[in-house]
Amino acid sequence: MSETINLTLKVWRQADAGSEGRFVIYDMQGVSTHMSFLEMMDVLNERLIKKGEEPVAFDHDCREGICGMCSMFINGRAHGPMDATTTCQLHMRHFKDGETVVVEPWRAGPFPVIKDLVVDRSSFDRIMQAGGFISVNTGNAPDANATPVPKADADEAFAAAACIGCGACVAACKNASAMLFVSAKVSQFALLPQGQVERTDRVQAMVRQHDLEGFGGCTNTGACEAECPKEISISHIARMNREYLFSIAKGDK
Amino acid sequence: MNSLSQTLNSSIARKVVMALTGLFLAAFLAEHLYGNLLLYYNDNGAAFNEYSHTMVHNILIRMVEVFLFAAILLHVAQSIAITRKNNAARPVKYQVRKDGETSNWFSRNMGITGSVIFFFLVVHLRTFFVPYRITGIGEDGSLALVVKEAFANGWYSSFYVAASLILGFHLNHGFQSAFQTLGMNNKQYAGLIRNTGTVFAVVMGAGFASFPIIFYFNLLGR
Amino acid sequence: MATLDAKIPPGPLSDKWTKYRSTCKLVNPSNKRNIEVLIVGSGLAGASAAASLGELGYRVKVFCFQDSARRAHSIAAQGGINAAKNYQNDGDSVYRLFYDTIKGGDYRAREANVYRLAEVSASIIDQCVAQGVPFAREYGGLLSNRSFGGTQVQRTFYAAGQTGQQLLLGAYSALNRQVHLGNVQVFSRHEMLELVLVDGKARGIIARDLESGKIERHSGHAVVLASGGYGNVFFLSTNAMGSNVTASWKAHKKGAFFGNPCFTQIHPTCIPVSGDYQSKLTLMSESLRNDGRVWVPKAKGDKRHPAEIPDQERDYYLERRYPAFGNLVPRDVASRAAKQVCDEGRGVGQSGLAVYLDFRDSIKRLGEPVIRERYGNLFEMYEKITGENPYHIPMRIYPAVHYTMGGLWVDYNLMTTVPGLYALGECNFSDHGANRLGASALMQGLADGYFVLPYTIGEYLSGEIRNKPTSTDHPAFADAEKEVHERISRLMSVNGKQTVDDFHKRLGNIMWNYCGMARNEQGLTKAKNMVRELRAEFWKDVRVPGAAAGLNPELEKAGRVADFLELGELMIEDALTRKESCGGHFREESQTEEGEAKRNDDDFAYVGAWEYKGSETAPVLHKEELKFEEVHLTQRSYK
Repeated sequence: MSETINLTLKVWRQADAGSEGRFVIYDMQGVSTHMSFLEMMDVLNERLIKKGEEPVAFDHDCREGICGMCSMFINGRAHGPMDATTTCQLHMRHFKDGETVVVEPWRAGPFPVIKDLVVDRSSFDRIMQAGGFISVNTGNAPDANATPVPKADADEAFAAAACIGCGACVAACKNASAMLFVSAKVSQFALLPQGQVERTDRVQAMVRQHDLEGFGGCTNTGACEAECPKEISISHIARMNREYLFSIAKGDK
Repeated sequence: MNSLSQTLNSSIARKVVMALTGLFLAAFLAEHLYGNLLLYYNDNGAAFNEYSHTMVHNILIRMVEVFLFAAILLHVAQSIAITRKNNAARPVKYQVRKDGETSNWFSRNMGITGSVIFFFLVVHLRTFFVPYRITGIGEDGSLALVVKEAFANGWYSSFYVAASLILGFHLNHGFQSAFQTLGMNNKQYAGLIRNTGTVFAVVMGAGFASFPIIFYFNLLGR
Repeated sequence: MATLDAKIPPGPLSDKWTKYRSTCKLVNPSNKRNIEVLIVGSGLAGASAAASLGELGYRVKVFCFQDSARRAHSIAAQGGINAAKNYQNDGDSVYRLFYDTIKGGDYRAREANVYRLAEVSASIIDQCVAQGVPFAREYGGLLSNRSFGGTQVQRTFYAAGQTGQQLLLGAYSALNRQVHLGNVQVFSRHEMLELVLVDGKARGIIARDLESGKIERHSGHAVVLASGGYGNVFFLSTNAMGSNVTASWKAHKKGAFFGNPCFTQIHPTCIPVSGDYQSKLTLMSESLRNDGRVWVPKAKGDKRHPAEIPDQERDYYLERRYPAFGNLVPRDVASRAAKQVCDEGRGVGQSGLAVYLDFRDSIKRLGEPVIRERYGNLFEMYEKITGENPYHIPMRIYPAVHYTMGGLWVDYNLMTTVPGLYALGECNFSDHGANRLGASALMQGLADGYFVLPYTIGEYLSGEIRNKPTSTDHPAFADAEKEVHERISRLMSVNGKQTVDDFHKRLGNIMWNYCGMARNEQGLTKAKNMVRELRAEFWKDVRVPGAAAGLNPELEKAGRVADFLELGELMIEDALTRKESCGGHFREESQTEEGEAKRNDDDFAYVGAWEYKGSETAPVLHKEELKFEEVHLTQRSYK
C-alpha cells in the first residue's frame, strides 16, 4: 500500500441557506493513507486558508464515531464507502490513487443546507421533543433493581438506543425517510417496562412529528440499515409499526 | 392526541393500506393462478370455462370482485400519493448515488414495476375481461379459446412473459415489505417471511409466465 | 474582593448533606416560574441540571455549540459510571466510594464534596434506569457491574462501551421532555462569549448564534456553566474537536477563580499520533491492560518487526518496575513510564512515540475466541483506525490528554467566586483532586446536575425572588456585547499568515513538552515565556478567513485558541507553584529515589485558586486549605 495518494475532490460549496450551491474541484496532492477523511478535509482547509480562500465548512466533533455530528455523502454513499462507519472513522487507505471523490451534503427537505456540507438537523431534536422520553421527574425513581428486565430485552433496547442521530438513514433512504431514527427510540422504550405507560402516545406523537417535518415514508428498501454506522436493524421499524397499529387499535385518547 | 384523520394520513397508516391491499391482491393472484391452471386440463378448456362461469355467476364472488377493483384502485392511488410525498422529501437530488451497494433495485423501484403491472393489467382486462364480461364472446363462446388465440401472437406473449416476471419481482419485495409494514418482522421469523415471499413470488411469476409460453409454443401438443 | 469560603456545612461528614437538604432555603413554586436560569453546556451536567430545574418549575435556557444538545462530549465516555449500590454484596458502601475517590485523587479533593458525591451516586442509577437507560443486565434481569482501576469492589454500571452515550441520551430525553412542556428552551449552535455582571452578580451572558453570526443577549437570575474540560489546550487530546475553555475562561476573567489548573489526566492507552495532520487521539479502554502486556525493545532504535524481537530482547517495563501491580498500575504511573522509555529512544512505530500492548501471550493462554469476546469491539476500532490487526501484531499505544481535574473553583454549593455563577461537571475543580478514577466523571456530572444543584441553587435564588429579570437593555449587557464585537473584529482584522491550527498545534506542543506528563522548574519557566510569545504572535499573525456574519468555524476556533493561549500560561504558573508531585501532576524535583511521585502534604495540601488580574499582570493565588477529618493521608505505592 502506498503511503500517499493524490485525489481529485469535487466538493459542494454553498455560501448559505439562501444561496445557489455548486461543485468546486480541488486537486489534493499527497494525501497520507493514514489520515481520516476529516483530517484530509482539514488539510484541504489549511491549504485553502493559506491561499486566501474560504475553507469548506463541515460538521464534526468527537471524531471517534459516537457524537453523530459528522455527515457527508461521499461518492454516492452516506459516510463514504465503508459499512458501519462514520466519516470521522473512514480512513484514506480505502481510496485509490488518482480517484475522484465527490462530496455532497446530506440531501433532504427537512435537512436544509446551512453552508457547504453543513446541514440543519434540528428536525431530529423536534421529533425527540414530541415524545422521545419517559416522564419521570428527578428523585421519583424506584430502586434500579426493583423491576428486573429480561436480558434479551435489555440488549435489544440497547441495540436500538445505540443510535447516534447522525442522519445517515435519511441521507441514504431514497425517500429521505427518518423511520429508522424514530423507530430506534420507539423500540427502545417499547422494550423496557419503564416505557410502557406512555407507549401509545409516544409512537403517535413521534410519527406525527416525523411527518410534519417533511420526511418521506418508509418503503422498506433496507438502505438505512445498510448505511447505519451503528448497524441498527429495520426490525425496529417493524416494532414501531406494530406499536403504531396497537395505538390505533387502542384508540382511546 | 392525534385525530383519526391525522392518524390515517400518517406515513405509517398509508403504508398499512399499501400492505393490506397488496396482500389482498396477492391472495387474489394465487386464486387466479389456480383457476388458470385449469387450462392445462386436457378437456378442451371445459374445466376452465366452467370455473370462469362460476366466477361470474356466484353472487359472493361478484361482491368480492368489487373489493378487488377497489383494492387495485386504492393500491395504485395510495402508491401515487406516497411516491409524490417521498419525492418531495428530497427536493435537491444527489449528483452521485450508489444505491446498489445498500439496497436492491426492485425494492427501490416498486413504482416502476407497479406501473408496468398496471399497464399490463389494462391490456389483460381489455383482452379477456372486457370481451367476456361486457362486449360478450357469444353464448357458446369458450374463454379458454380466447386465451389460446391471444397467445398465438408472439409479441403479445412476450409482453405477458415479461410482465409476469416483473410481477414476480414486485411480489418478492412486496410480500416481505407488507409483513414488515404490519409489524410482523423480528429476528425469529424474518427469514421465514422472506423465504416464503420469495417462493410465492417465484411461483406466481413462473406460473403466470407459463401460460403464454406453453400456448405460444403449443407445448401441450393439442 | 471575593474570598475563599467553601461554605462546608458544619457537623459530622456523613450528616452534612442530609442536614443541608433539610434546612436549605427554598423558592416556592409560584416564584420559580418567574426565575430564569441560563445553562451553558448540554453534557451530562448541563442537560441533567436543565431537566431537573425545569421539572422544579424554573424557566431555563440551555446553550450548546453543537447542532444538538445530544452531541455534547459526555457522549464519548466508554467505560461506565460508579455508584455505591453494593448490588454485588462485595462490601461497597458510601464511605468506601468516598474513600477510594479521595485516595485516587491523591488527597487533593475536598472531603465534604466527595462524600456528598458518593451519597447521591446510588440515586443516579435509579434515575437513569427509570428514564429507560439500557444498562447491561444479568440473565436474571438485574443490573450488571464491572470493576475499574483504583478499587477492590465491583461498582461500575455500564452499557457496553457506550455508557456515556446512554447516560447522556437519558439526560437529553429528560431535557426534551421539559422542552415539550415549555419549561426549557434549547439554543443549539450557540456559543457563550461573555458573562454579564450586574452589581457583582452573574446576570446574563452574551452568546453568538454560530449559524447567523448574530450576537445575542440573554438575561437570567443565575448562570450555570457546565461547559466541560480544557484538555484541548494540548491540541491533541481525546476531547472532541470543539471542546473548549471559552465559557469558563470568560467567567474567570470576570472574577471566578480557577482551581488547580495544572491538574490534567493523561490516559496511558490511546492510539498514538501517526502524523502531523492528526487532529485528535482515540482512547483504547483501560480494561485492555487486564490481558495485554506492555513492552518496548531493550535496545534503542530497534526497528525490527515486533514478531522478530525475541522475548529476551524485550523490556516488559511495567512488570519489571512494578511487580505488585504490573500492567495494571494507575493511569498516571503507566503514562509516565511509557514516556520515560520513549524518551530513552526505545519507543516503537514510525514516530518512536509508542509502546506495544501485546496480546500474544493471552491469546496463547486463553485462545483467540476468549480475547475476541472480551475486547472484540475495541480490536475492531483499533483496526479501523490503524489498519493493523491486533490479534496478530501488538497494538501500539501512547498516553494522551484525557480529562482535566482542574476547573473553576466552586464552594459546597457549586457556586464560583462570582455570586450567581455556578460551575458543574468537568468544568469545576471539585471532586477528583489530582487524579480522577475511571467511571467517576459520569458520576460527578450527573450528581451535580440531578441531585446537587437543584438544592443548592435555591439557597441563592431564594434571595432573588424580589428581583425582576434584568433587562437586556441594561448598560452591563451593552458593554459586554461591545467587548464581544471588538474581540471578533480584532480576530478578523489581524489578517496574518498563519492559520488558527498552526498556533494551536504549537501551543499544544509547548504544553505537552513542558506541562505534560513530567514537569520541572526550568522547563515550565521556559514554557511560560514561549506561550506568552506565541500569544503575542497570534494576535499579530493569525489569519481568520470569511466573515463575522454567518457560519464561520475558523472564527469559532480562533476565539477558543485565543483563550487557550491565556489558559496555558495559567496552567504553567500553577504547575510552577505546586512544587510537589501528586496524581497527574509530576514535578521531577519531587520524586523518591526510585523515581516515583512524592507528595508534600505539609506545604501543598491546598486547592490553588487563581484570581485573574489582567492579561499582562500576574494572577494571584488564593489557597483553600484542605482539612482531612475522616481520611488519613498516606503515600501511594504500587511496587
